[in-house]
Amino acid sequence: MRKQKPYYVLTFRTTAEAMAMEQKCGEQHIPGRLIPVPREITAGCGLAWRIGVPEYGEHQTAIAGLGISFQQIVRLSL
Amino acid sequence: MIYLDSAATSFLKPPQVEQAVCRAFHRIGNAGRGAHDPTLQASRTVYRTREKLAELFHAEQPACIAFSSNATQALNTAVEGLIQPGDHVITTVCEHNSVLRPLVRKERGGVSLSVVAADENGVINPASLAEQIRENTRAVVIQHASNVTGNVNNLTQISEIARRAGALLIVDAAQTAGAIPIDVQAMGIDVLCFTGHKSLLGPQGTGGLYVREGLSVAPFAVGGSGVHSFSPEHPTDMPTALEAGTLNGHGIAGLEAALDFILETGVETIHSRETALMNRFLCGVREIPSVKLYGNVDADERVPIVTLNLGELDAAVVSDILWEDYQICVRAGAHCAPLIHRHFGTERQGAVRFSFSYWNTEAEIDCAVQALRELAAEETGDA
Repeated sequence: MRKQKPYYVLTFRTTAEAMAMEQKCGEQHIPGRLIPVPREITAGCGLAWRIGVPEYGEHQTAIAGLGISFQQIVRLSL
Repeated sequence: MIYLDSAATSFLKPPQVEQAVCRAFHRIGNAGRGAHDPTLQASRTVYRTREKLAELFHAEQPACIAFSSNATQALNTAVEGLIQPGDHVITTVCEHNSVLRPLVRKERGGVSLSVVAADENGVINPASLAEQIRENTRAVVIQHASNVTGNVNNLTQISEIARRAGALLIVDAAQTAGAIPIDVQAMGIDVLCFTGHKSLLGPQGTGGLYVREGLSVAPFAVGGSGVHSFSPEHPTDMPTALEAGTLNGHGIAGLEAALDFILETGVETIHSRETALMNRFLCGVREIPSVKLYGNVDADERVPIVTLNLGELDAAVVSDILWEDYQICVRAGAHCAPLIHRHFGTERQGAVRFSFSYWNTEAEIDCAVQALRELAAEETGDA
């Protein structure tokens, strides 16, 4: 069985917001990537941003300043 | 071949458009339908194109742009989604059937419709539009420029009239998006409907609408969205709300390449070049006595369209001779704009439309003028 690791998963209302997130994170060197929304979460958009727990802590302020209204920010083991 | 029918579609395009479409066939999946690389490539392409359209039109944000197949679909979406029975709507005799037919259908469903007349040149005076305002006026639906005369409406004045009346301004930008500068916020536009394949230089089957932030348009079509799959209702957030079903990802990739060209070159530069070509043509054909021009050809702001007739000659015959004998492509007939042709008295004769592109040359313009000169001499006896 694949070993699970803790992540923060950020969800969006629309795919357009998910794509904006990917673009802005790229510009600001915020780590993470788009993943399909895990079953533990109910999200508007089928895409979510997955970021490691330490990295989220490091970039939390920058993420909050991206101008994206996240539907949920959830800590999960994936 | 000399292509002078760019108001119908941009046959002449930057080569990057074709290359981008071909690349997309090998790279992209279905936008918004998963997280593997091909689908993300599609989603990225769609998002970048949204951003570039938002930049071109000065939209508040990329999510204000929803894609459609063409301007007609966008206009139907706006009309169906914003106008209800009991509402009053103002439009003009200059409109294309993509505006007139959706509005006539609404009229049969209980909407009242006022159709503003034009002056002798086919130009709309904003004051005559203001006279039609009623208490229940919901919207002014109007073209930015005529696909017959090339004349441009003053949207800033018209939006002020609509705003004072509490009405929406829905704009058909089929002939202006990419051809002349558009600033939806400065011009007070609530909904801007555009096509991708005319002056935006993209592939056919692309287009869309800008919807002002905060304005909600009930979707014309609902269905697959890639999200909220267990909800019986279609999502309401823009742009997903107006994008049911798979988008034309390959076409949008081509549109993105076209937008890159337009943004790099500048709409003003393109407009200036096309205006110079149009004026060269006008200068030549005005010397032919039997030429009758339609519209205010001396207006300061025009899109690169010149529509004319040679005496009483059937426009269809003129356009056919131009193709058969000179390999010049133009558009004859009614141009899907029946009321303005009725206004000009050209219902039976039609009219011949010449429309110009950034890539036409002065030599091509001169050939077209010479062809008309010869044709006029042969058919109407012009010296």
